[in-house]
Amino acid sequence: MTTFIAVLYIIAFSLFIYGLMGLTGPRTAVRGNWIAAVGMAIAVIATLLLPGMGNWWLIALGLVIGTVVGVPAARRVKMTAMPQMVALFNGVGGGAVALIAWVEFRTTDGYAHEPLYVAIASLFAAIVGSVSFWGSNVAFGKLQELLPGKPITLGKAQQPLNILLVLAAVVLAVVIAAGGSSDWLIIGLLIAAALVGVMVVLPIGGADMPVVISLLNAFTGLSAAAMGLALDNTALIVAGMIVGASGSILTNLMAKAMNRSIPAIVAGGFGGGGASGGGG
Amino acid sequence: MLVESLAVLVLAGFVGFTVISKVPNTLHTPLMSGTNAIHGIVLLGGLIVLGLGADGVLNKILLVIAIAFGTINVVGGFLVTDRMLAMFKEKPKEKAAKEADK
Repeated sequence: MTTFIAVLYIIAFSLFIYGLMGLTGPRTAVRGNWIAAVGMAIAVIATLLLPGMGNWWLIALGLVIGTVVGVPAARRVKMTAMPQMVALFNGVGGGAVALIAWVEFRTTDGYAHEPLYVAIASLFAAIVGSVSFWGSNVAFGKLQELLPGKPITLGKAQQPLNILLVLAAVVLAVVIAAGGSSDWLIIGLLIAAALVGVMVVLPIGGADMPVVISLLNAFTGLSAAAMGLALDNTALIVAGMIVGASGSILTNLMAKAMNRSIPAIVAGGFGGGGASGGGG
Repeated sequence: MLVESLAVLVLAGFVGFTVISKVPNTLHTPLMSGTNAIHGIVLLGGLIVLGLGADGVLNKILLVIAIAFGTINVVGGFLVTDRMLAMFKEKPKEKAAKEADK
């Protein structure tokens, strides 16, 4: 049975890659998107066939809620509101990674009996997933004009504060990897990462947002790949890493097309510099 | 196990780099949206952790939310990409229609 599942996973990856290749060409793009979607359906079915699966009602509940929310959201969104919708979908993906990492932490007593690499990969996934979730939500808020589109900065305090928050998340991760198992440690880590996501995206102007969403998209891919390492699941590793890599390239292409550089966009709001782009 | 996983990780990274080499500017956003849908694969992580046994009410609630989030990412991602691409498909038709009017 597990061999059969592995074969289904391999078919799924092939369809992802073939679909992505299709998405890079104008004539093949529509078909490419659906090929990738079929790959995803196969990957989900294969996972449900794993021996020992249970909690079927809860799984069904999650899938139904996701479908009921996701389908109308995608169908009804106005064409002009597409970018923020992508930001939102990207955000929930990152949020899912962060939540899974949190539960991993809880069910393994803080990775007490797991190899070190599982702890590291899972904590990496938790941090990046949380950054992506909150960063994407801020991007959504800005594009949806729930938040002011122009850069919001704290002036000179911004950069040291961001560095401090990143350090806080990393220190908490080290404490957990070294054996800390209190639930508050991972909650603190998720909150620190959440603040990083909010603080980094807030100073970025609305015009630069698509590039930022693409960057966060690559981040979510990387966090999914890390989660795959922690859960020893090849499908997550392959699909997550493909998105992580292709997303990074795409981010670079998008920045170039707008005559901007990624460091300039991400750092643009730092220190209240006038260079930060566009102002929504 | 770790070495095999890392090998897969590195190779998948190269595939990702190679697939996206030349993309016309107009396809940047749909491609971003398409890759966005693919990382909804995290849904599988939720399925595995919940399906292979998670105890405790809080754990179960968190995982149901995670699965719902993952499903929104997948379903919404592919549908939005399709709608974006449909928008591109209509353009040539409109042009053709305008030219026909002239």
